[in-house]
Amino acid sequence: MTNKTPLVELRNMSIAFGGVRAVDDVSVDLYAGEVVGLLGHNGAGKSTLIKMLSGAYGADSGEIFINGEKAKIRNPRDARRYNIETIYQTLALADNLDAASNLFLGRELVTSLGFVDDDAMEAEMRKIMTRLNPNFQKFHEPVSALSGGQRQSVAIARAVYFDAKILIMDEPTAALGPQETQMVSELIKKLKAEGIGIFLISHDIHDVMTLCDRASVMKNGKLVGTVDVDTVTDDELLSMIILGKHPHQKEA
Amino acid sequence: MSTPTTNRSAKTFFNKLGIDLRLLGMIGALVILCVMFDLITGGRFLTPRNLFNLSVQTASVAVMATGMVFVIVTRNIDLSVGSMLGFIGMTVGALQVYYFPDIVGLGHWSIWILASIAAIIMGACLGAVQGWVVGYLTVPAFIVTLGGLLIYRGAMWWVTQGQTVAPLDPTFRLLGGGADGTLGETLSWGGGVVSSLVAVGLILASRRRKANHGFTVKPMWAEGILIALAAGLVLGYVYIMNSYTIAKGALPRIAEARGIELTEGLTLYHGVAIPVIILLVVTIGMTLISTRTRFGRYVYATGGNPEAAELSGINTRMLTVKVFALMGALTGIAAIIASARLGAVDVGLGTLDELRVIAAAVIGGTALAGGFGTIYGAVIGALIMQTLQSGMASVGVDAPLQSIVVGLVLVFAVYIDIVYRRKTGA
Repeated sequence: MTNKTPLVELRNMSIAFGGVRAVDDVSVDLYAGEVVGLLGHNGAGKSTLIKMLSGAYGADSGEIFINGEKAKIRNPRDARRYNIETIYQTLALADNLDAASNLFLGRELVTSLGFVDDDAMEAEMRKIMTRLNPNFQKFHEPVSALSGGQRQSVAIARAVYFDAKILIMDEPTAALGPQETQMVSELIKKLKAEGIGIFLISHDIHDVMTLCDRASVMKNGKLVGTVDVDTVTDDELLSMIILGKHPHQKEA
Repeated sequence: MSTPTTNRSAKTFFNKLGIDLRLLGMIGALVILCVMFDLITGGRFLTPRNLFNLSVQTASVAVMATGMVFVIVTRNIDLSVGSMLGFIGMTVGALQVYYFPDIVGLGHWSIWILASIAAIIMGACLGAVQGWVVGYLTVPAFIVTLGGLLIYRGAMWWVTQGQTVAPLDPTFRLLGGGADGTLGETLSWGGGVVSSLVAVGLILASRRRKANHGFTVKPMWAEGILIALAAGLVLGYVYIMNSYTIAKGALPRIAEARGIELTEGLTLYHGVAIPVIILLVVTIGMTLISTRTRFGRYVYATGGNPEAAELSGINTRMLTVKVFALMGALTGIAAIIASARLGAVDVGLGTLDELRVIAAAVIGGTALAGGFGTIYGAVIGALIMQTLQSGMASVGVDAPLQSIVVGLVLVFAVYIDIVYRRKTGA
């Protein structure tokens, strides 16, 4: 993989909120067909880092390269143009709208007269749900009436439906039961096989060890290091998270 | 007493019709109010004359209430609409009395058009400025529009140094209703039949579209009942308006305006008033915007979860500007109706209208927490408010008690709405 151009490269990203340096000079990259885990405590800066890629935050400094070309991502619309899709930890669903409206939010299907075509969107929603979650039936209820797993599958459907090249998953299994977690794992493997690059933010070391190719660990807004998961043990990864110690680096 | 089984079957009956409980409750409340006032007044409430006046009086507030739905759905509020209505009314009143006649000539046919366009543009601009301050400068809407309330009321005084503007252009005055400002009998029937046919066509087209996608559709009998209800409501209203006779004194004038020869024993009927037609067009247009356009979808998405809307690529700041501009444009339309109805504009025009408008939207099921609200609900809400007020006036309830009752009803209606939401989980 080293001789190819990375799909995404975040170089020297920094952002501060009122004097707190939430992300401080962090560089990570991601190749096509690769899953990179982002690990760290709460407040380590994982979500903030990724929100600069998804356009939710504008970086104070740093550069983003997509396929080797410098990308300007200032808002979520820009990110979508680069086929970057994000599943946020909060799911970012409009609770008062139904599943199809959420799936297509910001990208509604319209009729030839320019009106929103709810029926066509519902048909598409039903199609993708037979793939993702065949038990899903509540197409006409607001998503606030759905269970955690069902809501998650709506959020995942949104990321998968629009031909994402780069997928960001922020704690995608946090609200799920064992069966649904299994489903998400299968999905990640499938998308990876399709050549999509995935940033997976997770608390769960086990998840990262089984699903990811590499792991980047952050602590207090700084990057501790990036390792191939095959070359480290669970304990080494854990000590990176907790102590901020890179296993392959001798301390001076 | 209804047993649980009949309760459930009634529920599925209305479910199949696609009419929700909230709509049913509002219509029920309206019907109960009308029947109650009619009984107390000994049959003087549900008369063509009173229903004509009621619908004309509702129009101005109801037009603004449809816009207030969008404002409240996006978690904002607009306290300025009453003052803005007054300011716009006074300005276009002054334009058509003092300025346009100098340009196009006194009594020129285009004056009412120029005045109407000016009113709508002025409203949209004032609204857009408020929306910009709310959206981009992030000053809370409550404060911005409270400022607007004071500013417009003061600005209104400045237009004519407090003088009442009168008389407004005769054609312009037709937009306010009254004996002259109606469609007349034939046009009313024609319009009624056409809109019934359009309603039937829309119901059937939607059914066919759903069937084409392979979705389950309502049973045919349910569609039949809906069609009968829609057509019946429209034609019934036209029938009632067409049985309201025109008073003897106005007969020669109206006969001349309609090109009918005045003969002994001639009886003419009002027909549907123009402001009601305006309200109908606004209601249909706003319903279309809220349910069938991207803009409408974004309004609700932003109200439901502003952060999610932003992350979905919706420019929520610009959306705020548009929502307030739309509210302003509708206030402009309401200003046309209100000033035309009175035929003159004094500095009190529109006073306290903001509260009537907000109450109408809220009684109609618009949630102040944002995300929920319907256009038809706000219109029915405005009707309920107006019915309550005219009803109490005709029963002889004195003014202080009237406002006490309206206040209690407002709080009670919102409480019922909260209970309903809790039960349905919506």
